[in-house]
Amino acid sequence: MQILTAENIKKSFDGTKVLNGISIGIEKGEVLAIIGPSGSGKSTFLRCITQLETVDSGEISICGETLVKNDASGKAVYADRASCVKIGLHIGLVFQNFNLFPHFSVLQNITEAPIRVLNKSKEEAESTAHALLKKMDLSDKADAYPCQLSGGQQQRVSIARALAMNPDILFFDEPTSALDPELTGEILKVIRSLASEHRTMVVVTHEMKFARDVADYVVFMDNGTIIEQGRPDQVFENAQNERTKAFLSRFNEG
Amino acid sequence: MNYQMLLTQMLEATLMTLRIFFVTLIFSLPLGLLVAKGRMTKIKVINLPVKLYILLMRGTPLMLQLLFFFYAFKPLFGIQLDRVLAAEVAFVLNYAAYFAEIFRGGIEGIPRGQHEAAKVLGFTRRQTFFRIILPQVVKHIIPPMGNEFITLVKDTSLAQVIGIVELLKITSNWVSSAVDMTPLVIAGAFYLIMNGIVTRCFTVAENRLGYYR
Repeated sequence: MQILTAENIKKSFDGTKVLNGISIGIEKGEVLAIIGPSGSGKSTFLRCITQLETVDSGEISICGETLVKNDASGKAVYADRASCVKIGLHIGLVFQNFNLFPHFSVLQNITEAPIRVLNKSKEEAESTAHALLKKMDLSDKADAYPCQLSGGQQQRVSIARALAMNPDILFFDEPTSALDPELTGEILKVIRSLASEHRTMVVVTHEMKFARDVADYVVFMDNGTIIEQGRPDQVFENAQNERTKAFLSRFNEG
Repeated sequence: MNYQMLLTQMLEATLMTLRIFFVTLIFSLPLGLLVAKGRMTKIKVINLPVKLYILLMRGTPLMLQLLFFFYAFKPLFGIQLDRVLAAEVAFVLNYAAYFAEIFRGGIEGIPRGQHEAAKVLGFTRRQTFFRIILPQVVKHIIPPMGNEFITLVKDTSLAQVIGIVELLKITSNWVSSAVDMTPLVIAGAFYLIMNGIVTRCFTVAENRLGYYR
């Protein structure tokens, strides 16, 4: 069963079409990589699924629950607010620039949502948080504040924060773009290890080698449409579309 | 000059100064937050009157507002406000307008990513505002708030235009009846002490919140 389906998603900003009919489906345990040039709509698509933007038309279902579908006139109609919130809890998102809460310690960044949103006890939330920090190799940083951490460490905390909510699908919006190459590796390593645990993940990334190695399925977007998709070897070695070939060749040169 | 009597009267008058200071803060800070929210909403029915209110409060002299609430309130609304109450109403409404703009600056200065991270984690709007946004706003608005608090200590002296005897009024009574400038010096010292304490409090608050970023 598909854990996420998005059907013909369209989105414009002030008359500029950003998403021009995007459809994807993800199976449980699969890693989907979305690649493509800047401005192709990758991040906007992610933001639509994570409810940070609303779609103009199209259908999105997550874990069998319908977030949005078209009415008779083809305009998007969202589920009621309570359902949207509930559906949102199936999803975790890791941002490009972390967006940790600077006034909270690392531990509190991770426990705040489980305590306030999921009504977990402080003890339970903290023991989960400590386990996640251990997994992220940050056990000694529980009491630190985000400003005392390196970018890579901050990003690992933000992954732990997302995981603490135990999401069914974890989304990454260019998780290494704000990091220098040295720190990029540590984040990719974490995502790899999550993939090996068969976590369902959608990763928007510019790291082609990573996408190729880790993803089960790759989608290439350009100008708000998917112009190539398939298994990594199909997309990377046997691209059909000229635009994809041109884009990938630039990476292969580098 | 009877210095003991002078000091006793000045201390009594200082109590009035302090009363106006604290009453103003207690009511205008929460009101200012509410006004800031009203100013930022996209709903025109709320945001236009709020803008007008801020314009009136910041665009006319506080002294005029004091006179209005004491003298013009009864002919217009049929209720005579007691002197001190009129002064407090004027101060609260006036300072709330300034505080609102400071809050707005602080709230709008919080990166959008903070709201987004909170939303994706499932926090309600209320939780997001009070747990995530407001604590960060407080840190950022400490310097401009310090300015307003200090100005308020000194602005309390305007209350004398509606016959309230506060620190500066009692001082000028003494100065005009005797050819001795000592009371002015003492009053200046009183204001300096009060603002010294205000400044100290703000320094402490700033240091306490200095643990991040």
